[in-house]
Amino acid sequence: MAVDEEGVRGAQGADADASAKARAVAPRNEGVRDAPEPGSATGLGLVKGLAVTLKHALRPSITQQYPQEKPDLPPRTRGVIALKQENCTVCYKCSRECPDWCIYIDAHKETHEPASGGRARSAKILDRFAIDYALCMYCGICVEVCPFDALFWSPEFEYAEYDIVELTHEKEKLEEWCYTVLPPPELEVGAEESS
Amino acid sequence: MIAESGVSFVNQWFDEYWLVLITKTAIVLVFFLVAPLGVGYAEHKVLAHMQARLGPMYAGVFHGWAQLMADGVKFVQKEDVIPAAADRWVFSMAPAVALVPYIALFVVIPFSDEIFILNLDVGIFFVMAITSINVIGVLMAGWSSANKFSLIGALRAAAQLIAYELPLVLAAAAVVMQAATLSMIGIVEAQDRYWFVLTQPIGFFIFLVASLAELTRPPFDMPVADSEIIFGAYTEYTGLKFAFFLLAEYGGIVALAAVASVLYLGGYLPPPLLEFIPDPLWMAAKIGALSFLIIWLRATYPRLREDQLQRVSWLTLIPLALAQIMVVGFLKVAF
Repeated sequence: MAVDEEGVRGAQGADADASAKARAVAPRNEGVRDAPEPGSATGLGLVKGLAVTLKHALRPSITQQYPQEKPDLPPRTRGVIALKQENCTVCYKCSRECPDWCIYIDAHKETHEPASGGRARSAKILDRFAIDYALCMYCGICVEVCPFDALFWSPEFEYAEYDIVELTHEKEKLEEWCYTVLPPPELEVGAEESS
Repeated sequence: MIAESGVSFVNQWFDEYWLVLITKTAIVLVFFLVAPLGVGYAEHKVLAHMQARLGPMYAGVFHGWAQLMADGVKFVQKEDVIPAAADRWVFSMAPAVALVPYIALFVVIPFSDEIFILNLDVGIFFVMAITSINVIGVLMAGWSSANKFSLIGALRAAAQLIAYELPLVLAAAAVVMQAATLSMIGIVEAQDRYWFVLTQPIGFFIFLVASLAELTRPPFDMPVADSEIIFGAYTEYTGLKFAFFLLAEYGGIVALAAVASVLYLGGYLPPPLLEFIPDPLWMAAKIGALSFLIIWLRATYPRLREDQLQRVSWLTLIPLALAQIMVVGFLKVAF
């Protein structure tokens, strides 16, 4: 047993020595503050602490009193997924990518005879587009994957229901939420404009 | 027992012994039930604002002023649970034993040279004696609960109270030496030229730190350290009994703030040039300021470790307090 331990230590010994050397040579980690030297306590830190709490007490508090006061949400808030029906081509990409299959899409094909003659044009008409928010895990893959910008993140979040069944919202409701989508925020300074 | 200076306002109203007794008891009880509510509400609000929050805003419509009354109603409605393994009588008696000393303490707090209940010759001695009873209630609670967390909390409380009773008494003793009286009103009147905080700032500091520990308030709240031992000796308590312990804590804040104002801040005496504001308001203002300080310290400092707590007392506060007594003694003899 003792010999085994010695052997293990011997094998690791070289590595340990090397890393110790590397540590000695490497510059000090700039972000990490040193622990105070023992005996260097002046009590100044205690006074600073009191100043911090007092400063916060004198500032207005940052609480937003929610039911009376609507929260001030950032433009990218992932509240609920909204649908712009006009943009949807019924490609089913969203429902196929959805990890928990919470998007229901029904559609039918219509053909239109062109006025000037020639081959009839077909179009897919959306009959049903529903998202079951009891299943949705707000991953946003559907929004990412939508090729025609039909799905958006809306900051709306007050859609709790008393029955789990009611949480499946149809396209009319999803369209309503579309009008609560906030414009995207301005680019940060130095950010690259996409082409 | 009764010192000569001034006559209590109750005695000026009535002559009948029983009438005086009942009125005084009623006044003390009402004050004891109202003042801690004020401090409790202040704690809710001050702590909240120091953490950039608002605190209670709904109860009583205006800034949640009735929050503590709502809490009181809630406590009354709760089931009074006594654990099966608990020692029933001791368990039920403990909140009363913890609470009564602080009620009794208010008897000797003067709000002016006429507004007081009793002016005992041994006022400050009475205060020191009666505050140390509180720990017996805590020990009873911890022992009778049949719960290891309660027991650890109670023993921590006992160790803490033994360690901090001493600096508290020694600091008060230095004041008594300077004032040459034990009577609370006498100590206040002895400060009519200057407050004792000017001559004994270290004593004031020791007294404040020791009172925080006495009250088991943060940063000295190891006996109820909720992250380690749930709620210490009060773990098994529910409903009104628990409310009594809370009331004892907030009553204790008012009581020790009042005693500290009497000993060091000139009690009901107004500062120079501000004599037009009546005395009782000054006393209330000083109690309020010290209570604010106690709340402020809670918002600022983390909890000490048990051994750090003992070191602070035995290695810093007690030697400082003894040195303070020696210096006061020398000066007293020299001048």
